[in-house]
Amino acid sequence: MKQQPKATPPRWATRFLHWYCRPRLLEDLEGDLNEYFGRNVARKGIRSARLIYILDVLKFLRPYTIRKIEFFHFFIHWIMIGSYFKTSRRSLVRNKLFSLINIVGLAVSMSVGLLVISIVSDLYSYDDFQDKKDRTYRIITKTVENGQTSETNLASTSIRVGEKIKESVPAIEDVTAMRVGFSGDAKVSNSTVPIEATWADNSFLKVFKFPLLKGDLETALKEPQSLVLTEKTAEKLFGESDALGKTVRFDSTIYTVTGVVQNVPKLSHINFQALISLSSIDAGHKDADLHSWANIWQNYVYVTLPEPIDATKLQPALDRLSKQENKTLTNRTVSVSMQPMKDIVLGGSLMNNIGPTFAPPVMWTLCGLAIVVILSACFNYTNLSVARSMRRSREVGIRKIIGAQKSHVLGQFMAESVIIALLALVFSFALFMVLRKEFLGLDKHIADVFSLNISIQNILYFLLLAVITGIAAGLMPALFFSKMNALHVMKDASSMKIFRRVGIRKVLIVVQFTLSLIFIAATLIGYNQYKGLVTFNLGFKTENIINLRLQGNKGNILAKELAQIPAVKGISQSMMITSLGSKHGTNLTYKTDSTLVWENQVDEHYLPLHQHQFLAGQNFTARPEKGKESEIIVNQQVLKRFNIADQNPEKALGKIVFVSGQQLAIVGVVKDFHYGSLENRIEPVMFRYSSEPDRYLNVKIVSQDLPATLESIQKVWRKLDKVHELDAKIYDEQIEEAYAQFSLILKIIGFIAFLAICIASLGLFGMVVFTTETKLKEISIRKVLGASETGLIYLLCKGFLLLLVISTVIALPVTYLFFDKVVLTKFPYHQAISITDMLGGSLIVMLLAFLLIGSQTVKAARNNPAKVLKSE
Amino acid sequence: MKGANLGEFEELVLLTIASMASEAYSVAICDELEKYTGRTAKLGVVHSALNRLEEKGMAKSRLGEATSARGGKRKRFYEVSHAGKVALVKSKEVRENIWRNIPGFNLEGSI
Repeated sequence: MKQQPKATPPRWATRFLHWYCRPRLLEDLEGDLNEYFGRNVARKGIRSARLIYILDVLKFLRPYTIRKIEFFHFFIHWIMIGSYFKTSRRSLVRNKLFSLINIVGLAVSMSVGLLVISIVSDLYSYDDFQDKKDRTYRIITKTVENGQTSETNLASTSIRVGEKIKESVPAIEDVTAMRVGFSGDAKVSNSTVPIEATWADNSFLKVFKFPLLKGDLETALKEPQSLVLTEKTAEKLFGESDALGKTVRFDSTIYTVTGVVQNVPKLSHINFQALISLSSIDAGHKDADLHSWANIWQNYVYVTLPEPIDATKLQPALDRLSKQENKTLTNRTVSVSMQPMKDIVLGGSLMNNIGPTFAPPVMWTLCGLAIVVILSACFNYTNLSVARSMRRSREVGIRKIIGAQKSHVLGQFMAESVIIALLALVFSFALFMVLRKEFLGLDKHIADVFSLNISIQNILYFLLLAVITGIAAGLMPALFFSKMNALHVMKDASSMKIFRRVGIRKVLIVVQFTLSLIFIAATLIGYNQYKGLVTFNLGFKTENIINLRLQGNKGNILAKELAQIPAVKGISQSMMITSLGSKHGTNLTYKTDSTLVWENQVDEHYLPLHQHQFLAGQNFTARPEKGKESEIIVNQQVLKRFNIADQNPEKALGKIVFVSGQQLAIVGVVKDFHYGSLENRIEPVMFRYSSEPDRYLNVKIVSQDLPATLESIQKVWRKLDKVHELDAKIYDEQIEEAYAQFSLILKIIGFIAFLAICIASLGLFGMVVFTTETKLKEISIRKVLGASETGLIYLLCKGFLLLLVISTVIALPVTYLFFDKVVLTKFPYHQAISITDMLGGSLIVMLLAFLLIGSQTVKAARNNPAKVLKSE
Repeated sequence: MKGANLGEFEELVLLTIASMASEAYSVAICDELEKYTGRTAKLGVVHSALNRLEEKGMAKSRLGEATSARGGKRKRFYEVSHAGKVALVKSKEVRENIWRNIPGFNLEGSI
């Protein structure tokens, strides 16, 4: 009969006791605790006995029982470091292939790590030059339309908040308000320069640190028509001469330069070419609309507090303010809250945001990808070191016999891996310099957002990364070596179970390849989806259309001139370009029902030119002036939303709706099309007529020679407008640009996938080389006994191939589910995931791996057995 | 010297060791103490007291033979050293001296 297992105290507690207790006291103390444990088992049962044991172990953690730190051990490490260096160098040089695999893998993966470190450090150092960064807060707004549930989160707010907030929150030190969107042509004596400026009130320069080079901080933005320029703008306008006190004319208004500030640093979320005093807007007559609580779209308010606090603490006061002011509104509610300035760049997306934003999940994903790649390289190191442990076991054995302790051997191998990681860092830094340039050139916005400067702080982080990578890579081999039994090793090295850790190694290889396959599959699926987005049937035609931003010119005059170009087949005008993501909305009222409907104001050529399909009715017939419209064309969603004529397009014709106080008859119903981006479902949209929307010309061309046509358009533009650069873009390219973020993400993931595959393959290659080398004798004997070459190749390959198959079986379903259930649910108009894509990716990886394995095994199988066996 | 005096609990522990002859090891001392005083003696308290006594040179210890009990761990046996004996005798004398100088102290009447 089997004996009842004896009750034992919890192992970890005993181990803990061993760890902290002085060796002199340890034995009898442990015995005492054991004796009590035995008694308690008999008396109180095993569970409470274990609990008491644990408590006792913890209670004995007292000054007189804790072991003294043995400084001597550390001292030995220092003495031995020279020897560690020497042996590391020797082993590096002796195994050139493995050293190369390790160093290249670590260098390549760490260069990605370096890039991510610089990106993250850039993001966190945004606005660092502001000395009040930690106690500056932005007022942000949440607004809900009456009758709707979806709320809009805005980075902008009402100027009225700035005027009232000091009454509600007396703790506030300073308030400043600014308004974006000034753009005009600055005329000085002999030149005209287009300038985008920001309106700002007088405390702007006190709240933010944009140092004035010239002018008076107290009054620079006080008076109406004051203008503060950046150094760069001042130079553009006035050259070398002193700008202060000079005048600049925009249209008919004359502004006086009251200050020049230093150029705005790159890592600033607020950026401007010039500042205009906010009081300029009110000059002459006070604009009531500007100061209304509902005007929340273009204004930004910042406050500073005497010291950093938790922004939610002031929320009740802000809620009271919102509640009181909301009484003046009828169709929406607005509520404000505070956002710390340090969260602006990493705060996720808010509508009307200024400056760059970077969603934290994207950042964490980037970090995650870098970590995965680095870990993959670490796995290589671990795998190869443990696999080759036999060759260094004698060294370890001798060290141990001479008197090295566990911790010394551990230290030696950790030091070795850290040294290799630091060596790899040198190469990876060179790679990083290349990567950095490529990354900044990847997309034109990236260079605006990131500087990726190499600061002392970043270099310290780089070193830290290398050390951590070294430790991560070397920990397992070091533990393995330190536990080695010296006598065993010296007596008979071949008896050592070198393949004892095969399980772990296999797991590591599977993990590496699974991750690589996931990356590859994700890239391919993503690419397909992106292609799908760009070539999606939007419901209207975009081919051969060039959109031309008028920039203040008269559309009709330009259209007449452009029509002379033979390649131009048609010209229409519109207020905006659809399907690029931007939206304009106005309230539409049908009977008593009213809601915000997206709109585009177009001329009579627009709908035919873009080949919108009419389900009923026809294009605009009347040609009214602005404000005297009588007709409207809507899409199916409008009929559905308001349930006009039971959603029957034919019957909806002639129905009357109200927009902007005008009574409009529906003269046409167009088929649903994509007004916004494909990330959103199709919503109600209306077309209103405008003879001159004055924003864009849509030029349809039929031309074999696109550059020549663009050239002639450029010529026409030059004739009419000598100030502004022509801004003409091909519609299809604009659509691609609208989804540029996706192509960017794809490029990055694709690149990482490439690296991951390379590193995993390197590791696999190393393992294959090692295995075939150690099995050379076995192969030779088999061959002598009559094994066929194919049989041998199969024998050597099958283990590795099985691992690859396991990786595929794990990776593909995971990727599929991830995309199907998580990513693509966010895109209502996505493509189906094609299985061939995923299989294709894994096939490529398999093929690569097979090549690597094959080349080595074939070499081994073809070996002349006589040569190998002779040398025994 | 810091260790010339005995604390009350230390004195009790030392006396118990003396009373137990050669079988005095930590767990047994705890049990004996409980018997003498009627209070529970925690191992942690006794252990640190023993450690202090040994530091002060009033007790000596040696490890016994390993047995299969106690998870194969040896016991540490304590005995009273010469200095310990001196300290015990001295403390007893001090007490007796004081007792002698209490006139007509009658324990029975006061309770």
